[in-house]
Parts: sequence; structure tokens; C-alpha cells
Amino acid sequence: MQELLLDYLPILIFIGIAIVIGGVLLGLPFVLAPNNPDPEKLSAYECGFNAFDDARMKFDVRFYLVAILFIIFDLEVAFLFPWAVAFDRLVEGSGWQALTSLGLLSMFTFLIVLTVGFIYEWKKGALEWE
Amino acid sequence: METVTLPAIDIARDMGLIAPEITMAVAAMALLMLGVFQSDARSRLVSNLSAVLLVAVAAFVVMTTGEPKLAFGGSFKVDAFASFAKVLVLCGSALAILMSRGFLHHEKLERFEFPVLIVLATLGMMMMISANDLISLYMGIELQSLALYVLASFNRNSARSTEAGLKYFVLGALSSGMLLYGCSLIYGFTGTTNFEVLGTVVTGGEMNIGLIFGVTFLIAGLAFKVSAVPFHMWTPDVYEGSPTPVTAFFAAAPKVAALALFMRVLGDPLLPLIHEWRQIIFFISVASMVLGAFAAIGQNNIKRLMAYSTIGHMGYALVGLAAGTVAGVQSVLVYLAIYLVTNVGVFVCILSMRRKEGMVEEISDLSGLSRTRPMMAFALAIFMFSLAGIPPLAGFFGKFLVFFAAVDAGLWQLAVIGLLASVVSAFYYLRIIKVMYFDEPAPVFERGIGTEMRLILTGSAALVLLFAVFGGPIISMAQHAAVSLMG
Repeated sequence: MQELLLDYLPILIFIGIAIVIGGVLLGLPFVLAPNNPDPEKLSAYECGFNAFDDARMKFDVRFYLVAILFIIFDLEVAFLFPWAVAFDRLVEGSGWQALTSLGLLSMFTFLIVLTVGFIYEWKKGALEWE
Repeated sequence: METVTLPAIDIARDMGLIAPEITMAVAAMALLMLGVFQSDARSRLVSNLSAVLLVAVAAFVVMTTGEPKLAFGGSFKVDAFASFAKVLVLCGSALAILMSRGFLHHEKLERFEFPVLIVLATLGMMMMISANDLISLYMGIELQSLALYVLASFNRNSARSTEAGLKYFVLGALSSGMLLYGCSLIYGFTGTTNFEVLGTVVTGGEMNIGLIFGVTFLIAGLAFKVSAVPFHMWTPDVYEGSPTPVTAFFAAAPKVAALALFMRVLGDPLLPLIHEWRQIIFFISVASMVLGAFAAIGQNNIKRLMAYSTIGHMGYALVGLAAGTVAGVQSVLVYLAIYLVTNVGVFVCILSMRRKEGMVEEISDLSGLSRTRPMMAFALAIFMFSLAGIPPLAGFFGKFLVFFAAVDAGLWQLAVIGLLASVVSAFYYLRIIKVMYFDEPAPVFERGIGTEMRLILTGSAALVLLFAVFGGPIISMAQHAAVSLMG
């Protein structure tokens, strides 16, 4: 029992340090920071919208467009990371053989397809706010 | 238990086998780039090129038909069955593009994305037809569905069209969820996603309740795609709300692809489970036939009527699938070919229902068409008789083969219910003919539907009328395809 608890000691220490650092960082501004409140500063921050409002307000559709375009390239990165980590096992040989290996070419095919989509959205003006 | 050895991935050979799909994918991207780099007024060029591409790929598929071959580690299958279904799908899509042009021009919807989306949806359908693995099956379905959701809401300034797109999307996502749940259960209980391996596991192992659960969910997901009862609720709303050329496209190619996928899954790897899945197919087939027959009676909108008609016809096609024999698969393929041609013809007529003030969709608008537009009325009458299954038109042979296959497999109850349902459905098909030939003429439709529309109408009417003469090769090709599927 004693040994089992000892295994968890680092976590206890970690929690302790976290509480101390967190508490200090929270407390220091009360002592050090300048304090001139105004209504805007005191209101809750919510991505440019009023925090307390009718939930059924109209959103500009452009927000969705940007969000969707963001997700596509976010997923691209999500694909690229595991690919990069396993890169040495996906590519065989060296030189020309490595350049034409399945692991490299399939990722480049994927990137080219995404680039075509990117050119399309650029030309369509989806990236311009106005 | 015998073990299957799947072919290793050999890039050069596999690329050759999926050359039609690669061509479609590369061409779709090229067309997208071509469209976006030129002015909006020239979207007709993209649509011309897309139609040419689809026909060329269909010709390529016909030429390269041969022995069944597996590609990419057995996840993709090329055989005569796939070729038959792919040619149907490609022709249906090419015709949909040609039929859409007049409508899109009049409704100011001419955008180059339209043909590109149809090409992408068709690529998804080809993937579905050739899928030989649960993963590639899902990939094909999603590629097809995502393009179709956008097409349904293509007229984005119309509330009805966006509603159709949203409904289709939400229910499509639900069906994908059920399908995936089924796939995960099948994988969990058999340890494989590949159809070749799945076939041997199902044959060798004992009956497993979990596997049957998975198959049931898979069938439910696929039944959504073919709009079979009780998964049909989206069909009438989506058909009515979508722009008419999109409805014409929905009614043809995607149904062929989904039924081909149905046959591929149930007729090949899951054939040993026929006593289990036959009960489900039996039920959804009867329910679709009956609902299609009765619910269409009260419809006044012709697109809605065609939606219920589609539900009914999917029920008839599923009769052949329930048989689970080579003759059954053959009859479904013939049925689909006839259904495709007839539907294209009907929708050319619907797309021609235009007055000065715009498109009309009510059945009463067809009143007295035989006096104002005798040729169109005659063609539409042929299609309606064919849909009702009156000999000697094409629709009769489709129904005959399907019921014959069912009786041969000992499912005479299905054939009896099917016959009764087609008697009931004859009522609303004949009502349209009555309205056209015996009612007082309504205001005349505008002239000038375009040469290509007239050609498609004449061609499909001729095919439907003379199927008894020219049908032989189609039936024998369908048999060849069915044999390649079931061995």
C-alpha cells in the first residue's frame, strides 16, 4: 500500500507546484498591474459578440465559410503530422527510388488535390472579407 | 477454413485497373480549374466537356471489360458486373448534364460547378460499384453523397431547394451513421473489412448474432440510399424541392449505383447468409411496392409523383435481389437499365413543362397535351405505359424478369404482391394519360426545348417502345454481368 502511494507522489508534487504557480500568477496582477476599469474592460469576452444576448441572433454566413475553410487545412495538418512521424518507414531506398515511393507520392497527390481546392476558393473570392 | 490470399499492391498494375476512375478524378479537377479561370458566361464549355468526358469514360469501361480482377490489396474489383453498372451510371450522368442546360439557362443558374459536381458524384458511384471492401464502399458512398447534397440545394436562393439539400444532408448523415455502425459490427465479429476474406469467414464460421446485427444495419444504411421503405421519407421532399434537372439526375444514376452496391455486398460475400438477409429484403421490397403504389395516388405535383414512383420501382428491383440467384441479379440489372431510360424520358417531358411565367409542375398543367403538343404527349404516354408495366413496352419485360426470378427462387408471395401493387400503381400512371388525352387543354407550353432534348426524348421513347426487338443483347450482357458477380 505504502509503495503504491509512493508511485503517485510525483503527481502530488506536480499538483502542489501547479497550485502554487497558478495561485501566484493569479494573485500578482492584483498587486502589480495598473487598475483603471471601464465598462468594456469589465464585460465578458466572447469573440466579438455580446456575451449575454438572444441566442437566436443572425450570424454573418462568412464566419461559417471561414470556419469550414479552416477545418479543411486543419485536417491537412492532422494528416501531415502522423505521416511525417512515420516518414522513414514509408519511404524505401534512396535517391530516385525514394522520390517515387508510394509513401511520398500518395501524400503529394493528397496535397495537390487540396491545392486545386485552394486555388478554386481563392479565385472564387472566398478568402476576401469584403 | 480456406484462406484467401489477396494480391499485393502493385502500383503500375493497379493504376491501370482504376484508370477510368483516375481519369474522372483528374478531369474533374481540371474542369474545376478551367471553370474558375474563365468568365461565368462560358460555363457551357465546362458542361460540354463534362458530357464528353462521361461518354468517353463509358466507352473506355466497355472496351476494358474482361476477367474479374482485384486492385489495391483486394479493396477494388473490376469485373463485368461493375462495367455494366458503370456504363449505366455514366450514361445517366451524361444525359443529366445535357438535360440540365436549358433549365439552368432559363432559371439563371448556369454555373460551371454544376457539371463538375455531377462528375464528382459519378466518380463516387463508380467507386461504390467497384467497392470490394467496407472502407472503399464507404468512401464511394460519401464522395457521391457529398456532391449530391450540394446539387440538391443548387438553387440556393430558393427556400425549397435549400430545404431539400438540408433534409437530404441530415438524413444522409443518419444513414451513413447506421451504415458505419453496421460495418464496425461486421468488422468486429469477422475481423476483416475485405469482401473476399469476409466471404470465406461467413461460409466457414457458424452463424453469429453479432454479424447478423451488423448486416442488418448495413442493409438499413443502403436502403436509405435506394430510398426503400421504411427509409424513404426524404425522397418526396428532396425530389420536389431540388431543381428539376437535379431531380432527374437523382432518380437515375444514384439509384443504379446504390442497387449495384446492394447486389455486390449481399450477392457476393454475404450470400451464405441469404436466409437471414432475405427476410429483410423481402420486407422492404413489399413495403416499397405497396407504399409506392398507394401514396402516389393522391399526388398532384408530378415531381412528387415520380418520387413515389421511384420508391415503388426500387421495391420491384429488390424483388430480384431477394431471389439471390444469378437470374435474380440479371433481372435487377435489366430492370435498372429500363428504369434509367424511362426515367430520363419522363424527366425530359417534365423539363419541357415551361410557360411564359416559368416552370410548372402540376399534373393538371398537362391537360389536353395531346392537342397542344401531340408528340410530347405520345412520348409521355409511352413512358407511363412502360412504368405501369403494360406489354409490349420495356417496363413489362423488366417486371416480368424480376417476378420470374422470384418465383424461380420460391418467392411466389413476392411476385403476387408485386403484381397487385403494379395494378394499383397503374391507376396513377393511366391518370396522367387520361389528363393528357381527354381533358380540356390547359395553356400551351413554350416551344423550343432544344435539339438535344428532342433527341434524348426520341431516343428513349424508341428504346422503351422497341425493347422487345432490341432487348436481347441487354439481357445477355446483364446475364454475363450477373455470372461474373456470383460465379
